[in-house]
Amino acid sequence: MIKKVRPHPTQNEALLFETSSPGKAGYQLPELDVPAVDPAEALGAEHVREEIPDFPEVSEVDVIRHFTRLSTWNYAIDLGLYPLGSCTMKYNPRVNEAVARTEGLMWIHPYQPDALSQGAFAILADLEKALAEITGMDAVTLQPAAGAHGELTGILLVRAALEAQGNARKRVIVPDSAHGTNPASVRMAGYEVVNVASNDRGMLDVDALARMVDEDIAAIMITNPNTLGVFEEHIAEVARILHSKGALVYMDGANMNALAGISRPGDYGVDLMHLNLHKTFSTPHGGGGPGSGPVAVKKPIEPFLPLPRLQHAPSGWSWNYDRPQSMGRVRAFYGNFGVLVRALAYIMAHGGDGLKRATLDALLNANYLRKLLESHYEIAYHAPSMHECVFRHASTGAIAKRLIDYGFHPYTVSFPLIVHGAMMIEPTETESKQELDLFADALISIAQEVEENPEVVLAAPHSTRTTKVDEVAAARKPILKWRG
Amino acid sequence: MLDTIGVSSLEDLYAHLPEDVRFHGALNIPFGKSEYEIVDYFRARGGENANQHANFLGAGVYHHYRPVLVDAVVSRGEFLTSYTPYQAEISQGTLTAIFEFQTMICQLTGMDVANASMYDGSTAMPEAAMMAMRIAGRNNIAVARTVHPEYREVLGTYTRHQGVPVKEFEYDPESGQVDVESLAQVLDETTAAVIIQSPNFFGVVEDSKQIAEMAHAKGALLVYVFTEAVSLGLLEPPRDADIVAGELQSFAIAPSYGGPFAGILACKEKYVRQLPGRLVGETKDANGNRAFCLTLATREQHIRREKATSNICTNQALIALMATVFMALYGKQGLRELAGQNLAKAHYLGERLWRRFNGPYFNEFVAATGVQSAEEINRRLLGFQIVGGLPLDRFYPELGNSVLLCCTEMASRADMDAVAEAFGA
Amino acid sequence: MDPENLRYTKEHEWVRVEGDTGTIGITFHAQKELGDIVYVDLPKQGAVVQQGKTIGSVESVKAVSDIYTPVSGEVVEVNGSLVESPEILNKDPYGSGWLVKIKLSEPGEAGQLLTAAEYQAYVGTESS
Repeated sequence: MIKKVRPHPTQNEALLFETSSPGKAGYQLPELDVPAVDPAEALGAEHVREEIPDFPEVSEVDVIRHFTRLSTWNYAIDLGLYPLGSCTMKYNPRVNEAVARTEGLMWIHPYQPDALSQGAFAILADLEKALAEITGMDAVTLQPAAGAHGELTGILLVRAALEAQGNARKRVIVPDSAHGTNPASVRMAGYEVVNVASNDRGMLDVDALARMVDEDIAAIMITNPNTLGVFEEHIAEVARILHSKGALVYMDGANMNALAGISRPGDYGVDLMHLNLHKTFSTPHGGGGPGSGPVAVKKPIEPFLPLPRLQHAPSGWSWNYDRPQSMGRVRAFYGNFGVLVRALAYIMAHGGDGLKRATLDALLNANYLRKLLESHYEIAYHAPSMHECVFRHASTGAIAKRLIDYGFHPYTVSFPLIVHGAMMIEPTETESKQELDLFADALISIAQEVEENPEVVLAAPHSTRTTKVDEVAAARKPILKWRG
Repeated sequence: MLDTIGVSSLEDLYAHLPEDVRFHGALNIPFGKSEYEIVDYFRARGGENANQHANFLGAGVYHHYRPVLVDAVVSRGEFLTSYTPYQAEISQGTLTAIFEFQTMICQLTGMDVANASMYDGSTAMPEAAMMAMRIAGRNNIAVARTVHPEYREVLGTYTRHQGVPVKEFEYDPESGQVDVESLAQVLDETTAAVIIQSPNFFGVVEDSKQIAEMAHAKGALLVYVFTEAVSLGLLEPPRDADIVAGELQSFAIAPSYGGPFAGILACKEKYVRQLPGRLVGETKDANGNRAFCLTLATREQHIRREKATSNICTNQALIALMATVFMALYGKQGLRELAGQNLAKAHYLGERLWRRFNGPYFNEFVAATGVQSAEEINRRLLGFQIVGGLPLDRFYPELGNSVLLCCTEMASRADMDAVAEAFGA
Repeated sequence: MDPENLRYTKEHEWVRVEGDTGTIGITFHAQKELGDIVYVDLPKQGAVVQQGKTIGSVESVKAVSDIYTPVSGEVVEVNGSLVESPEILNKDPYGSGWLVKIKLSEPGEAGQLLTAAEYQAYVGTESS
């Protein structure tokens, strides 16, 4: 039975270009207090454009209605559980949004004198320190703009560190359960990818790994807990194997929300790792960004971190550009500062104790759902779950769509690739027991529908304003902009 | 819940972790703070930064007015707290907005296709360079020294490890534009892309048509970069370029000490399969209604893995949405008027100062400081609550006593008069 | 269902040799596994290709599969209709869904490929 939702009408809305009428506008500029300048004279007539064809002409009311109507067509965390495995869709505290809009933080220019940016430096320093403490690392760069950007930075750091020893080496080991970004990042850093298979417990096969590591291997890129939600129990041994051959251990910290406060990668041989502030540290996903992907490293790798670095002197904070061993920049300026502010606000709200509690609650919620669902769906691996659990079902895609009718966003479908028919569920710590129970009820009810009334499931969703979307037609004849 | 799971305490939930990986201490992070304390902390930090200053810095980050509606829209939880729109049926809001974004970027740039946005301009540029390399099947990049220095640094980081040679070409010391003879020297049959920025780092408008002809004659692609999107309200779009990479910070995205911003990547239709990043396409749903979905995903990392066009995963959806709302509000007439105001303000100040370069400029220009040092002038201006321009010797050692100044619509006449006075004009 | 007069590879391509020309395509099994095909990337006419090397790719909405040529030689004809209508590959993989024609430089190669029976046996073991 569907308990969480019932249908309600939504507004139709055309595209901006279709509602435009000549002369309408939603802006106001102050009267010009200097003489106007003729563009053709100042820029040269050949450099001045005609009007922008088909650009919108709408009023302020048109604009707010347009985007408000569009917004009602989205599902969101603010509407309920968003169980996307590996994406960590937790509540985004609004105080984070408020503080990021503090006047003195929002309007500061990256090139204004260091003396006028001391508050920004203090925030960055506080965040670096907290992230180093949480990961057990020695230094942190906040520059990477997203998780995948952090991965690229990390692998380039591996290259820089090994190069400084005289040999950058050739290959990076990536487990088959890794995020798709991992192999792509490895390639962009100029390394070849070597895959290593998981064993029947959903963990890295240590013996297979040991046979694989030689002097050509630069590093392993290991996600822990991995994409099955399973802790790599042999990670310390993995580190010993890699280190014995002079290779480094890179950890994809996308799932750090399962570890904060209970396990610190820097304590057991991980040399460097990235964090996704938009996952573990609650900064909003915003429909696909902005993210932030800081990289935390052990001391030997610190000299290679991207330019510039924070430095402190009695006269105050400043940027240090004199770093001859640095791998270079990965982004202009210093990173997604506005996102960093939000992450620090989250850490402050929790404190060390609260971060650990959030981790335990994430484990609690995932294991609670696993227990409720275990007798209705086949668990992919029996190893204990951390913050997420992976089931398997031949109709995973259809079940996911049917969840929409029950008022929930689908789980992650068909990933990780090593599980055929994967249903990857991550509830996060910010869901209540009531919401989890509703979700479990929905999935149990759907399991019954699959047996008794499969057509209903296969044709889902039934209650959305947009029914099943023809992705094949979209890909065969791509229409990527409005054509009038 | 613990009973259901069959454990007696929360600690039991990770009892299976080996002893050597468990953290037994307490994290050295102060106890959790209340909302009031958090707001107070950030207000205090904000107070330690420049506040209420007039600002004449540009150089890739611009002070433009942000219409109130922008935050009203992006603060809606349905946009703020949703994920990447993989589930099209319940993501039509984000998908429709991105489709409108892609359309408007095409209208602005004169390109056929634009993706759903990039991290920022500085990372969009190397993605454009790598894209050009795939298309041309060549392995050399030529980049103008008038491209933002930090963008060039990022390009260096991306290319160095893939063994891609990057050659820089000079600017003409009179005009501040690309020195075409210097370009001719580095351009040959191995060049995949010629990269220019316009208005360039000195604020000078480049003659992209001529540079495109030179590049195309050698079989290279022209990558056109912009950092000041407002310029496109007046400037002829770069129709001769093959790829356009740019930064949208000027479109209602706060300076925010350098990020988050939103980059764009747009290109000619025939190159769409080499375009990295997300794309939204139009299609129909089962009832025949118009609908949108992510498309051409086979270019991307989660499917093609190590053979993907890029490792890029997220776009900057929420930030791109700010720019989308901005473009909708200003529209056809407003963007032109806004650009016109920027042009007028910059020329009001620029024509009173000794400008280093005589090429056409939009809202930035390089001023020579004469006998004073740039630092002296800026120190004096701070006394009037004015943050002066950027001393250029940091990036261009040959440009001592030179300051890059920017005047947007937010520069008041009185402040510009104060700047002129500080320069001794 | 896999025609007897063709030869097959373990990467799920087929070749039909007529005189000194080999026509290449992907198998019924391959198109079925991929699902609705949305894009086909093919080599240019005149390209010289080598047995076992990638000459292009076939894409569905969520998967991409490389095409490995079963024979070496020069591409003499490309099936242009696949650009406009990639769905032909789903409808008629052994007929109008052919990919390229190659003028064979090593005529002996095809004989060493799998027969229809061998290929069917291989597909059987792969899917079980």
